[in-house]
Amino acid sequence: MRVVIAEDSVLLRAGLTKLLTDGGFEVAAAVPDAEGLLRAVAEHHPDLAVVDVRMPPTHTDEGIRAALVLRREHPDVAVLVLSQYVEERYAHDLLSVSTAGVGYLLKDRVAQVSDFLDALRRVAAGGTALDPEVVAQLLVRRRDDPLDRLTPRESHVLRLMAEGRSNNGIVDELRVSHSAVEKYISSIFGKLDLPTSDIDHRRVLAVLRYLES
Amino acid sequence: MAPGLPAARSSPWPISSWRPTAHAVVGLLFGAAAILVIAAVAVVWWAAVWSLVTGPTGGWYLAVIYAATAVAGPVVVLLCGPVFGALQRLRFRWLLGVDIPPAPWPAALPWRSSASWRQLGYHLLAPFIGIGAALVAVCWSAVGLAILLLANRTDGSSPARTVLTGLGVAVPAGVLLTVAPFLAHALARVDQRVAVPLLGVSRADLLSLQVDALSRSRSEIVAATDAERRRIERDLHDGAQQRLVSLAMNLGMARASLGDAPGPASDAIRQAHEEAMVALAELREFVRGLHPAVLNDRGLDAALSGIAARAPLPVKLRVDVAARCSPTIEAVAYFVVSEALTNVAKHARAGHAEVTVTRAADRLRVVVTDDGVGGATTGPAGTGGGTGLRGLAQRAAAVDGTLTVRSPAGGPTTITAELPCES
Repeated sequence: MRVVIAEDSVLLRAGLTKLLTDGGFEVAAAVPDAEGLLRAVAEHHPDLAVVDVRMPPTHTDEGIRAALVLRREHPDVAVLVLSQYVEERYAHDLLSVSTAGVGYLLKDRVAQVSDFLDALRRVAAGGTALDPEVVAQLLVRRRDDPLDRLTPRESHVLRLMAEGRSNNGIVDELRVSHSAVEKYISSIFGKLDLPTSDIDHRRVLAVLRYLES
Repeated sequence: MAPGLPAARSSPWPISSWRPTAHAVVGLLFGAAAILVIAAVAVVWWAAVWSLVTGPTGGWYLAVIYAATAVAGPVVVLLCGPVFGALQRLRFRWLLGVDIPPAPWPAALPWRSSASWRQLGYHLLAPFIGIGAALVAVCWSAVGLAILLLANRTDGSSPARTVLTGLGVAVPAGVLLTVAPFLAHALARVDQRVAVPLLGVSRADLLSLQVDALSRSRSEIVAATDAERRRIERDLHDGAQQRLVSLAMNLGMARASLGDAPGPASDAIRQAHEEAMVALAELREFVRGLHPAVLNDRGLDAALSGIAARAPLPVKLRVDVAARCSPTIEAVAYFVVSEALTNVAKHARAGHAEVTVTRAADRLRVVVTDDGVGGATTGPAGTGGGTGLRGLAQRAAAVDGTLTVRSPAGGPTTITAELPCES
C-alpha cells in the first residue's frame, strides 16, 4: 500500500516513514509542506496521504486545507490527518466532502503502534477513523439538538460508531449482544430522523446530521 | 554661591542676560502682532454687526458679507488663541529653554475648548508684559541714548556745564544698565508664571492626556502578553511536543517489536511508553490552555466547542457572533469560559452547564451558568475558590470589560462577562 507523508517536523517525518515502512506500507514520498503534498500525490497516486495540520508557511490549518483539496481532486486517495490537538471545526470540514476514506487523529495515537496501523489500513480501505476526542467534540450538545433525545447508552453507542467501530467492535467494548447493539443503532437512526438505507454511511452521518441542525 | 543654582540667577550680568532680554523683546513683537490681529478682527466684526443692526445699505450681497463676518469674527479671534499661543510657546522653548506642554488643538468648535480661551487670555495680558519688555529695552539702550543726548548738547556750552550735564546723563544711564539684566530676569519669571497656566495644558487636560496614555499602554501590555502566550504555544508545539511524540512513537515501536515477552527490559519499555503517553497528554492540555491555535483560525465558536467537549460535565453551547472581535477580546472571552468551566467542575457539584456567547453592537456578552451549589465569589484569596474568578475579573477589566458573578448559596451560578468588541 503506497503512502505519501506531509509533516514539517524532520524528526516526525523520519519517525513516521520508519513506522509505516516497518508496518508494511510503501512510503512513496515524505514532504514538509502542503504544496509538496499536492505535487507528490499528483506524481505518485498513493492509496493514502498522512497529513499534519500545522505546516508552513502560516502554521495554522494548511494541512486541513490541503486535505480538502485532495478530497475534491483525488477522491480515490484516502486521507488521514494528524494533529497535536483535534478540533471539531476541522473534523466538520474534513467530513463534509465525504465520510469514506478519511481519518482525523491526535498525533499521540501514532505511539499506539498497532492501533495506529489498524486505523491507517481502515482509512486506506475506504473506512473512517476519528479520534475519540474529535467524537467528543462533535457530540457537544447545542441548544435544541436532537441528541437530547438519546439515552446515555445510545449516546455511547453513537460515540463508538463515530470513531469508526464496527458492530463487532461495539459488542466487544460494551460487552452486550449483537442484537442489543443493532437495536441501539436503529433507535439512534430513528431518533435522528435518518433514512434506513445505506447503513455504512449513515453511521458517520448520524454524527454529522445534528451538527447541521 | 549655593551649588545647583542656575548660573543665570547667581550672576545675571552680563552674558547670561541676552536670553531673557531677547525673550522680552521677541515677546513684545509677538504680543503686539497678536493684539493687532485681534483688535483688527474685532473692529471689522463690530463694523459688520453695526451695519447689520442699522440696516445694511447697498446690494444684498453686502448683507451676506456682513452676516458672514459677524459669525466668523469670534471664531477667528478664538483661533488666534492657539495660533499665537503656539508661537509664544516656541519663544519660551528657544529663548528660555522652558518647554510648555501644548494644550490639545481644539477638536471641532474652538469656543468649546477651554484652552482656546486661556490662550486668548494670555494674548490680552501680553500688552502689560510688553510694558515691562519696553522698560527692559530702554534700560539696555540707556548708554546709547545718553551718548546720543550728549553728542547733541556739546556745542556752545561751558566745559564745567558739559561735565555736569555729562555726569547727570551718564550716572542714571549707568544705573539703568546695571538694573537691566535683573529686570530682564524678573520679567522672564513673571512672563513664565503667567504663560505656563495660560498657554499650557490645564490640569484636567493633563489628566485626560495621562488617562489616554495609560489606557493605551495598558492595552499594549495586554496585547503583548497575548502575543507572548501565542509565541510560547508555538515554540512548545514545534519543539517539545514533536520530540515527545517522536519519543513515544519510538518506545511504541520498541514495545511492539518485543511483543508480550516478559522480562525486565520489556517491562521498563512498557512503563516508559505509558509515561511518555501521559506526559504527552498533560503537555497537550497545558499548551492548548496557553492559547488555542484554532481560536485564531476559526474563532470563538470553534475554540469553545473544544473546551465544552473536554469539560467533565455536559455543557450546552450557543455562540451567536456574526462579526469577529479582536484577537485579544476573543482570547479573554475564551479564558472566561475555560476558567468558569474549570471552576464549575471543581467546586459547583453541578449536573449541567450552559455557555452562551452573543454579540450586540460593540459588546460581546459571555454567560456561563450551572445548576450547582453556588457560593462562588470574586473576593480576595482565602474566602474560598475566588482566585480563579478574581483573575478573570482582572483580565476583563484590563480590556475595559466587566465580570459579574451571581451565585447565591444553593445555586444556581451565573457568570457574565461584558467585553468591548470593535471590529
